[in-house]
Amino acid sequence: MSAIAVAVRPPVVRRLLGFNLLTGVLLGIGGWYVGWFGAHAVVGPSLAYFAAIDFNELSLVLAYLGGVTGFLIGLGFLNYPVKRLLGYPPSLREKETEGWGRYFSLCTDHKVVGIQYLWGIGLFFFIGGLNAMLIRFELLRPDHQAFPAGTYLTLVGVHGSMMMGMMTSGILGPFANYLVPIMIGARRMAFPRIEAFTFWLLMAAGAILQTTIFWGGFPTGWTGYEPLNVEGYQGMDCYILFFALVGISMTLLGLNMIVTIVTMRAPGLTWTRLPIFVWGVLSTAILMALAAPVLVATLSMALLDRVVQTNFFIPSQGGSSYLYENLFWVFGHPEVYILALPGFAIVLELLPVFARKPLWGYRLAVAGLLGVSLLSWFVWQHHIFVSGINGDLRPFYMLSTELISIPTGFTFICGMMTLWRGNIRYTTPMLFCLAWFFNFLLGGLSGVFLSDVPSDVTTHGSFFSMAHFHYTIMGGLVFTFFAAIYYWVPKMTGVQLSERLGKIHFWWMFLAFNSTFMPLFAIGFLGQPRRVVTYPKSLQFLNDWVSVSAFVLGLSLLYFLVTFVYQLVFVKKPAEANPWGSRSIEFRLPSPVPVHNFDRIPVFSSDPYGYGEGPAPSPIPVGAPAGRD
Amino acid sequence: MRVGVKLLLVAAAVAAAGVLIGLYVSKLTTLQGSASYTVPVKQVNGKPVVDLTLETVAAVGPKLSPNPDWVSYLVQNQQGVWEHRTVWKLPANATIHVTIYNFDSASGLRNPYLARPEGIDGNRITINGKPSDGINPNDASHTFAIPAYHLIVALPGVADNAKNQCGYAPCSLSMAHETVRFTFHTGAPGHFRWQCFVPCAAGWVYGWGGPMQTIGYMDGFIDVT
Amino acid sequence: MSAVPTAASPAGAQPTNHGRRVFVAWIVLSVIATPLVAIFLGPILPPGNGSEQAHGQVIDNTVLTATITPVICLLVVFFAYTLTQFRAAPGAALADGPPLRNHAGIQVWWVVLTTATVLFLAGFGTFELLQNGSGGGQGPSPVAVPSGVRQNQMLQVQVIGQQWNWTYRYPSYGGVETQQLFLPEHTWVALNVTSLDVIHSFWAYKLGVKADANPGVDNIAYLQTRGPLSFDIRCAELCGLWHGYMYQTGHVVSQSQFASWIKQQQQLDKPVARYLPKYQRFYYPDPQRRAG
Repeated sequence: MSAIAVAVRPPVVRRLLGFNLLTGVLLGIGGWYVGWFGAHAVVGPSLAYFAAIDFNELSLVLAYLGGVTGFLIGLGFLNYPVKRLLGYPPSLREKETEGWGRYFSLCTDHKVVGIQYLWGIGLFFFIGGLNAMLIRFELLRPDHQAFPAGTYLTLVGVHGSMMMGMMTSGILGPFANYLVPIMIGARRMAFPRIEAFTFWLLMAAGAILQTTIFWGGFPTGWTGYEPLNVEGYQGMDCYILFFALVGISMTLLGLNMIVTIVTMRAPGLTWTRLPIFVWGVLSTAILMALAAPVLVATLSMALLDRVVQTNFFIPSQGGSSYLYENLFWVFGHPEVYILALPGFAIVLELLPVFARKPLWGYRLAVAGLLGVSLLSWFVWQHHIFVSGINGDLRPFYMLSTELISIPTGFTFICGMMTLWRGNIRYTTPMLFCLAWFFNFLLGGLSGVFLSDVPSDVTTHGSFFSMAHFHYTIMGGLVFTFFAAIYYWVPKMTGVQLSERLGKIHFWWMFLAFNSTFMPLFAIGFLGQPRRVVTYPKSLQFLNDWVSVSAFVLGLSLLYFLVTFVYQLVFVKKPAEANPWGSRSIEFRLPSPVPVHNFDRIPVFSSDPYGYGEGPAPSPIPVGAPAGRD
Repeated sequence: MRVGVKLLLVAAAVAAAGVLIGLYVSKLTTLQGSASYTVPVKQVNGKPVVDLTLETVAAVGPKLSPNPDWVSYLVQNQQGVWEHRTVWKLPANATIHVTIYNFDSASGLRNPYLARPEGIDGNRITINGKPSDGINPNDASHTFAIPAYHLIVALPGVADNAKNQCGYAPCSLSMAHETVRFTFHTGAPGHFRWQCFVPCAAGWVYGWGGPMQTIGYMDGFIDVT
Repeated sequence: MSAVPTAASPAGAQPTNHGRRVFVAWIVLSVIATPLVAIFLGPILPPGNGSEQAHGQVIDNTVLTATITPVICLLVVFFAYTLTQFRAAPGAALADGPPLRNHAGIQVWWVVLTTATVLFLAGFGTFELLQNGSGGGQGPSPVAVPSGVRQNQMLQVQVIGQQWNWTYRYPSYGGVETQQLFLPEHTWVALNVTSLDVIHSFWAYKLGVKADANPGVDNIAYLQTRGPLSFDIRCAELCGLWHGYMYQTGHVVSQSQFASWIKQQQQLDKPVARYLPKYQRFYYPDPQRRAG
C-alpha cells in the first residue's frame, strides 16, 4: 500500500457529498428517525408507563443514539474497517494533506485534529459561558424571575455540564493532540482514526446537550444525583447521553495518549528527558482512561432506571442513592484532577522559557504530577462528608485530601524556584502562567477549608465550594488554556498574535475574574447554598457585584474572540519559527508545522530545559531526504 | 480569499450567532413557565377582598397544554372561562376567599401530616358545604400549600366509583367533583411559591416528576403587590 | 530555608543573598500577620457562635486561617521580590539565567514543611470532628458522640425533608409533627434527618448544622443549643424545582416557651394524629408511589 499522500482533488460536488460534516449531519438526521420510529414500533406498546407520562422515553434515547451513529458513519468512520473487511484498498480521503475541507471531515493528521478541537471546544466554552451570563443575570435580584424557576435549574445544569464535559479535553484535545507527537519526535499519534473519533464524538455530545431545552431541560445540575435524576423530564436523557458520550471520548483520548507516549518516543528520549508537558499529559491520560469508564457505567445504570424502571438507585425499591453518589464521585474526583493537571503541566513547561532557566526540580515536578494522579483516587468521599457516610471514614478522607496538597505543592515550589534568579520576560503567555499561581493558591487554600470536616459542615454545598472550584478550574485551567493559546497558536497556524492585544485581554480577564469569584467565598460563608434561584436580601449587594463583574468577564472573553479572529483571519502577520526563544523541539520546526512534522525522526540527547547551559545540539538531523510516513 | 469576502463571511457568522442566541434566550424565558393572571379585587369596608376560584383536573387536555395527560390547576377568570395559569397576582394585606373544585380522584398524601389544614382562617375548610378540620390522608387528591405562609390545605378526591367523572379539562360543574372553601390573608408584598404536596404524577418515580415539578400545572407563584 | 547557592559574581563585589532577604521578610511578615489574623479575624469568622457546634467551627476556621496565613505571606513575599528583582531589562537582548536545576536542601525543607502543616491540619480537624461531630450529619451509626451525655438523654428531633418543605417530629412528645422547628435553649439535641423522596440537605447556618436528608436513611447530627435566637434553615442539596425556595426560619427559645409551644402543637395535631405513622427512623411511605 503506497504511502504517498493524496495530490489529486476530486471535483467539488464529489467533495461536498463525500464523507464529511455535511453527510454526517444528513445521516445523523436519518439515524435519529430510524431510532425514533424503531423504538416506537418495537417497544412502544409494551411499556405502559410511557402512556402515563405522555412520552416514549426509549424512543428519545434510541433516536439520539441512532443520530450519533448516523453522524459518525456519515463522517466516514466506518470506511476503513468496511473496506478492509470487503478486501478493497481503503480511501485516502483521510490522509489528505491540504485544503480547509480537512477541518470539516475525518482527518487523521493529529495537527488537524488539534485545531479542530481548539475551535470545537472554544465554541462550546462560549455556549457554556453564555449560560453563565444568564445565570448571573437571574441572580441580580432575589425575586427577579427572568427565567422560571425550573428553567434556572436547566441553565445551571447546562452551564456546569458543558464546562465539565468540554474542558476535560480542553488542554489534551487541542494541545496534546497537536504537540505530543512533535515533542516525542513522532509523526503521528498511535491511533489516528480513534483520535479523530474522540473529537467528532465530543461535538455530537455537545450538540445533544444543547437540545435539552427542546425536551424540558433537566433539574439535577451537572452531578445528576439520584433519585432526582429519575424524576427529571425527557431533557434528563440528553444530559445522560451527553456525559456518557463524553466519557467514551475521554477514555479513548486517554488511551491514545498513553500508548503514544509509552511506545512512540524517538530514540534518545528517555523518561528523564521527556518535556514536563508530556508528563502532565501522561498523568492526566491515566486518570481519563481509568475514571471515565466509571462515569459511563454509572450513567448507563441511571438511564436504565429512567427508561426501563430498574431500581439501582431507588431506595424504597431496594437500591441506594448512596451508590450513585459514590460511583459518581469515584469518577468525579479524578475528573477535577483531569482538569487541573494539564494546567500544572503548562505552567511548568512555559516558565523555563520565560525565566530563561532550566525547570527546577524536574524529578520533584514529575513526582508531583504522578502523585496527584495517584492520590486523586483516594479522596472522593470529601464531596459527601455530611451525607451520612460511615463516620469512621471521615478522618481517613480528611487526611487523604489534606495529603494531596503535598504533591500539588511540588508544582508550586518547582515553578517558584524556576523563576528564582531568572531573567523574567512578561509576555502574554507568561502573564497567564503567573496568574495561575495567584488563582490556584486561592483555590487550593480554600480547598483546605473544604477538606476539613468541621469547616466543611458550613461550606459544603454553598457558594464557597463554587468559588473554590471556579478558582481552581477557571483560574487554573482556563488561564493556562489561554497561556497555551498565546504560546502555541503562532506555531500551529503560522500567524503571530499581538502582544499588546494579548496583554489587554489578560488584565481585563484577570481583574474581572477575581472580582467575580472572590466575593463568592464570602457569599458562601454567609449561608447561600448552591443552585438556588433566590437568596436572603442581605446578600443582594454581593450578588449584584458578582453579576456585574461576571458580565465584564464575559466581555473580556468576547474581546479575546474578536481579536483572535481578527488577527487570524484579517491581519495574518506571519510568525517566526521561534518567537519565544524556546529550546523545545516544536520551535525548531517552521510555523506552521509541516505535514509530516519531521523530515527524519529526531534523536534526543537532552531535555529541552538547558537554559544557561550553553547551546544545545538540535535533535533534528538536517539535510536528509524526506522519509516514509 | 479577498478581504471583502472574509468580512462578509465573518459578518454572516456573527449575525447567525446573534440570531441563535436570541432564539435560545427567548426559548428559555418561556420554558416551563406560566403567564400571570391578575385576580380582580373588590373593596369591602375599605379592605381588599379577592375571590379566587380554582379547579384541579386529572388531565389537562390537548387544547390547553402540550402534555394532555398531566394533572393541573386551572384558574377561573371573570368571564367564567378556565385558564391554564398558575401565577396569580393578589393584593397585599387582603382577605382571599378560595374555592377549589376538585375533579380528580384520590391518590393519597406521602406525608399524612399534611392532611391537617393550617395557615387559614380557623384552620378549617368546608367540604361540599360541611366544615372539616382535616381529611383522611389516603383520601387526599391534591393539596394547595403556600409554605411561606405555613398554609396547607388537602383536597379530598372524587370517589373512584363516582358517575360522570371529568376526562380532559376544562371540567364543568355538572361532572363529579368535591368543593372546598377556605379563607386566608396576604401580608406584605412579595413573591411566594405555592405547590401541591400529593405526589400523583403517574409514571414518575415517587410520583414527583412531570406536572408536580412544572410551573403551570401543580406549582406556581402568588405575586402579592 | 538554607541559602541558595549564588552565581559567580564579579571580583570584589559582595554577592546579594536573595534567599536570606526573602526568608527574613517572610518570617517577619508571618510573625506579625498570624497573630493579628488569629486574634482579630478569627472571632468574626462564620458561622458565628449560635450553638456550641458553630462555635467549634469558628475555632476550627480560626486555626485554619492562622495556619494558611504564613503560606500566603511566603507567596506574597516571594513573588513580590522575584517578579521585581529578576525582571529582564525591557529591550535588552535575550540572555539566559543561571543553570540552577536543583537544590536538595530546599526540596527536603519544602516537603517536610508542607507535610508537617498538612498532617497538623488533618490531626486538628480530626480532633475537632471527633468531639461531637461538629454539627455535621454522621449517618445512622454516629462515631463522634459527645462525651458526658448519652444519646437517649438528648432531645430527639426528626427532620423530614420532602419535596419541597421541612417538617419535624418530636418522638418524646408523642411523635407530634410540626411545620416549624422550635428548640429549647442550652440543650443537647440529636437531629435525625431523613427524606421521603429525593436527597435534600438540612442546613441551619447559624447553628452550624448540616446533614443530608437521604431517603431510607437516618442521618444523625448532634447539636447543643446556646441562648435564644432565630436561624435560617435552607436546603443545601439540589432537590428539584423549589430547591431554592425550601427555606424556613427556626427558633431556639427558652425552656418554658418550648414546653408551651410543643403542647400547643400537640393540640393542633389531634385531627391528624391517628393517621401519622408510628415514629420510625425513616419511612417508606405506604403505598409506594410510582403511579398516581
